[in-house]
Formats: sequence, structure tokens, C-alpha cells
Amino acid sequence: MDELNENKSHSFLDFAYQMYKSMKTNEINLVYEGEVTQEITKTFTSLTERSLSKNEESNMVQRKVFHVMVECLQNISKHADSLDGEEEKRGIVMVSHGKESYNIITGNVIKNEKVPALKESLEMVNNLSKEELGQLYRKQMREGTISDKGGAGLGLIDIAKKTGSKLHYQFKELNDQVSFFILTSTVKRT
Amino acid sequence: MEVINIKGTDDTPNVILDKENAQFEISGRSLPEDVNMFFEPIMDWIDEYAEDPLDKTVFNFKLEYFNTASSKVILDILLKLEEIVENDKDVVIKWHYHEDEEDMLEAGEEYADIVSIPFEYVILDD
Repeated sequence: MDELNENKSHSFLDFAYQMYKSMKTNEINLVYEGEVTQEITKTFTSLTERSLSKNEESNMVQRKVFHVMVECLQNISKHADSLDGEEEKRGIVMVSHGKESYNIITGNVIKNEKVPALKESLEMVNNLSKEELGQLYRKQMREGTISDKGGAGLGLIDIAKKTGSKLHYQFKELNDQVSFFILTSTVKRT
Repeated sequence: MEVINIKGTDDTPNVILDKENAQFEISGRSLPEDVNMFFEPIMDWIDEYAEDPLDKTVFNFKLEYFNTASSKVILDILLKLEEIVENDKDVVIKWHYHEDEEDMLEAGEEYADIVSIPFEYVILDD
């Protein structure tokens, strides 16, 4: 191994260790960055299901975490845009847990032109009570149609309704074309 | 009528639609990537069935889990079954759920609020 490669591999080891430490400190159970497909969705949800049942988490909390993960991952596999116009749907997925709650954090690239409408949906959902979310869900279920991508426009409403928590989100503009969208959903453990 | 008998997978449900033996059941998990593709033959079957249904249809839902896109399709199925009721034939929905899965019971109750079909709630033992 020449010196340059040796340095590189050393810094990678260091990165892996830093990453491990930071995951431990922040109690992150799962991190993934890459293509998000139905296969990946199935793998993650079953991994998370297994680790939750090992932790003897209540059935209700397990179901909620599972549910939020499915909706978030399927949102990415249906809607994510890319930096270079590639068709591939990529994203980042993290699951962390603390004493009081689980956080499901997802991130993906989105075209800037789509940001205002998504922001509006997120704000609308965040401003509704549980009852109003239920009404909106029923209305959308009745009046909406399944899109070409196979979505029903119900995912965000459902996450807010099921978790009873506000959706935390952020848009970081990457350039004049696209932004990075981060969504955090919280499932309370009690 | 032909019989629909689809074996479930970890993201698609078991489906049995059998007019001759009066069996109508959707069970398991439903989170397919493309709900339209999966449910299209099922909707077509129910459309055809609704034109000449049995005097009494007992339709069983034994779902463990469904995603939001599937929730919309389930409503579409129920609305189709409601047409049978409007044509003066009996339909009963048997909505099965595990006792500790309150969310599944709630989902059934919400559907019962939307459509005019009698619902019976059945607790699953396994």
C-alpha cells in the first residue's frame, strides 16, 4: 500500500469510528443512504420491527414506528428528485430513540419548484387538531384518486394523525434547481 | 364466476373471492408499491360481482397492516359493496382485528362511519 492509500484508509477508519461514536451518543439505531426501493422499505421495516420487539417495546409503539417508516420510505421512492436528473430515488433514513420517543428522520432531494406546495401541505397538517386530521383523511380518501405513482396523498396526514406529534421539517437549498428536504416524525413511547 | 385466490406476501394481502362458495376475504398485509396494479383485478372482479350478487354477502377483512394508499383502495371496495346494499341485497362486513391493535379497530369504525353497510367486529385469537 502506498502512503496516499494508507492515509486514506486510516482516515476512513477514523470516520467509521467517529460515526459509530456519534451514533451511540445520539442513540441512532439505523442509518441508510442510498436508493430507496420497495425492497429496501421491506428490509428496513422488518429490521426495525425485529429490533423493537427485542427491546420489548409496546405493540402500539411498534406499529406506529413501522407505519411511519413505511409512509416515509414510500414517499421517497415515489417523489424524490435527484441532483443530476437521474431517475434513481435516493434518500437518507435514520431511526433514533431516546427515553421518551422514537424519531424517524428521512431526507431527500426535491426540485425547488415543488417546495412551496409541500411546505403548504406540511403547515396545513401541523395546524390541524387530531379530529380535523381525521376529517381531512376521510375527505381525501373519498375524493382523492390514486396517482400514477400509486400515492393517495394521505401519507403526511396519516403520520401526523398516528403520531399525534407535529411534523418537523427543513428545506436546505442546494442550488437554484434543487433543495434537500428533511422530515422528522416523532413516535412517543408512552 | 371465476375464483380469485391470491396468496399473500410480506407486502401484499391474501385475497379469496369465490362466489360459488360464498367466500370473500382479504387478509394479511397490504403495502404494495403500486396499489393500482395489485388491486385492479380485484376491483374488476367486485364490479362484475356487484351486477349479480348473492342474496347475502359476508365480506371478511382480516388485515394486520395496510399503508395509506391501500386504505383508499379499501374504501373503494367498500363503496362498491355499498352499491349492492342499495340494490336491496344484504352485505355484512366482518372486520377482524387483534385485541391489542386498537388502531385496526379504529380504522374499521372509521370505514363504518363513511359507508352504509353493517359492520361486525371480530377479535382474532392467534
